[in-house]
Amino acid sequence: MNTYRNLVIGATLSGLFVIAALVSFLWVPYDIENLNIAERMRTPTPAHPLGTDHFGRDILSMVMIGARTSIAVAFVAVGIGMGLGVPLGLAAAAHKGSLLDEVIGRGNDLVFAFPSLLIAILITATFGPSAVNAIIAIGIFNVPVFARLTRGSALSLWKREFIMAARVSGKTTVRISIEHILPNLSNLLIVQGTIQFSLAILAEAALSYVGLGAQPPTPSWGRMLADSQTMISLAPHLALAPGLAIVFTVLGLNLLGDGLRDVFDPRLRRGRT
Amino acid sequence: MARYFLIRLVSLVISLIVASVVIFSLIEIIPGDPAAFMLGINAQEDTVAALRAELGLDVSPVTRYFEWIGGMMTGDFGTSYTYRTPVTEMIGERLWISLPLALIALALSTLIAFPVGILAASRRGSMTDTVIMGFTQLGVAIPNFWFAMLMVLVFAINLRWFSAGGFPGWDEGFLAGLKALTLPAVSLALPQASILARVMRSALVDTLDEDFMRTARAKGLNRRQAIWRHALRNAMIPVLTIIGLQFSFLLAGAIIIENVFFLPGLGRLIFQAISQRDLIVVESVVMLLVFAVIVVNFAVDIAYALVDPRLRRQA
Repeated sequence: MNTYRNLVIGATLSGLFVIAALVSFLWVPYDIENLNIAERMRTPTPAHPLGTDHFGRDILSMVMIGARTSIAVAFVAVGIGMGLGVPLGLAAAAHKGSLLDEVIGRGNDLVFAFPSLLIAILITATFGPSAVNAIIAIGIFNVPVFARLTRGSALSLWKREFIMAARVSGKTTVRISIEHILPNLSNLLIVQGTIQFSLAILAEAALSYVGLGAQPPTPSWGRMLADSQTMISLAPHLALAPGLAIVFTVLGLNLLGDGLRDVFDPRLRRGRT
Repeated sequence: MARYFLIRLVSLVISLIVASVVIFSLIEIIPGDPAAFMLGINAQEDTVAALRAELGLDVSPVTRYFEWIGGMMTGDFGTSYTYRTPVTEMIGERLWISLPLALIALALSTLIAFPVGILAASRRGSMTDTVIMGFTQLGVAIPNFWFAMLMVLVFAINLRWFSAGGFPGWDEGFLAGLKALTLPAVSLALPQASILARVMRSALVDTLDEDFMRTARAKGLNRRQAIWRHALRNAMIPVLTIIGLQFSFLLAGAIIIENVFFLPGLGRLIFQAISQRDLIVVESVVMLLVFAVIVVNFAVDIAYALVDPRLRRQA
């Protein structure tokens, strides 16, 4: 029961924001490029369900368009991380102790050593702030996360009897990695994937908040929070909408991940009920 | 163990060298000449050339790299282009804000996460577990800077228990400094504690299903004894990985949180230095942070070996 509850709540919450992002391409309640100073900093009304900002722009419309930025940046960044990190981790584990393993391991350490925000700062200082540079910065940081997790978990699997059986039956290292190691890691990778996706949304928000992510006039949730900060005592509702949008999206994705994991892995489901 | 330590030490040094080359090269391709930037657009060419010579920018990048590295090894980080003060002094002042902030946050996060994670794992499937996991789900989802803004709204603006930002300096007394760092440290720690508690729980739950746990119970240990003596030690590897990782999250997070609370720490120093083209400050601060994280990763590797004797033998 618990299984499907997580899945349903998670899918609903994250689905809501994905739909909001998609709908925003076709329609938003108000045109956010029209500034309406007379209507600025309005608290929520039926005409503006989430109120208006300091330029009189409709906050609901901005949150909808902001969803696009967040979801797109996070999706591509985690894709980069998984696409590069998992194969690297599998290769390192399959050839434990080799030069390849050592190089991948030290490479991971090196990227880990740069907190993602520092990479972003350096990239931004060099090439200028933009959403693309934010994706690269977050993506690079995701690679060693997946590589290390994959290697660490694959190592313990390589010692298990069923892998020895596969080796004895003559399967190659690559085949064992793909057919036996990877499926046994999928559970861990889904959990880490959802954490990384939510972290990527949080990282994008943080970068936009300090002005290193998507640039105005493109709305982003982090940028909206930065704008609202100086007015928080006068108009707290300005900070609430984008903040809650981030929390619900991240929460939804995490619940969805948990729900999917429980459905995929009957062993965990038995443990829970 | 000595061999394992030595191998890790060598890779630590290699990592530091590669990191320094990467940072130096990235900063080198930043467009704009610091000397021209400092003197403004109306400066004479020979004035700019003189300033370049004074700042040591007229020699080749390779020479500058070695001067930079050599200086850092003796604690001399060079002189700030903008303020004309030693970078070591500038970093020193700000380190006393950023480092305590990250360390307090790390300590808070660990202190909250361990008991919470262990409790949830040992009562897996119960109401306690569900409630704890619900809270950690929420904690993981909250951006720390937004949480910080909400705390400012509640505890600084409405209740007036803390100041909304700024730092009085440690000269004003330890307690005054600590008070100024309380809201920032809590905003940094809570989301991290949620992540760590979840990792602790899931690592422990995985261990609880292992055969050796059944053996431990079969030989007469009760559930609690089995968890403390056998499960925890085995669950520590993923937990240590995350704690090591969190240090770099906290350093990066500190940069953001310093902005929310207007704390004059290393993060604000980097942003100021970038906007003023004070490259020597940017590269030195980034190198220092990277150095800290590489050394922490090294410590985590050594800690692995202490926790898990199998790793020692493999090396």
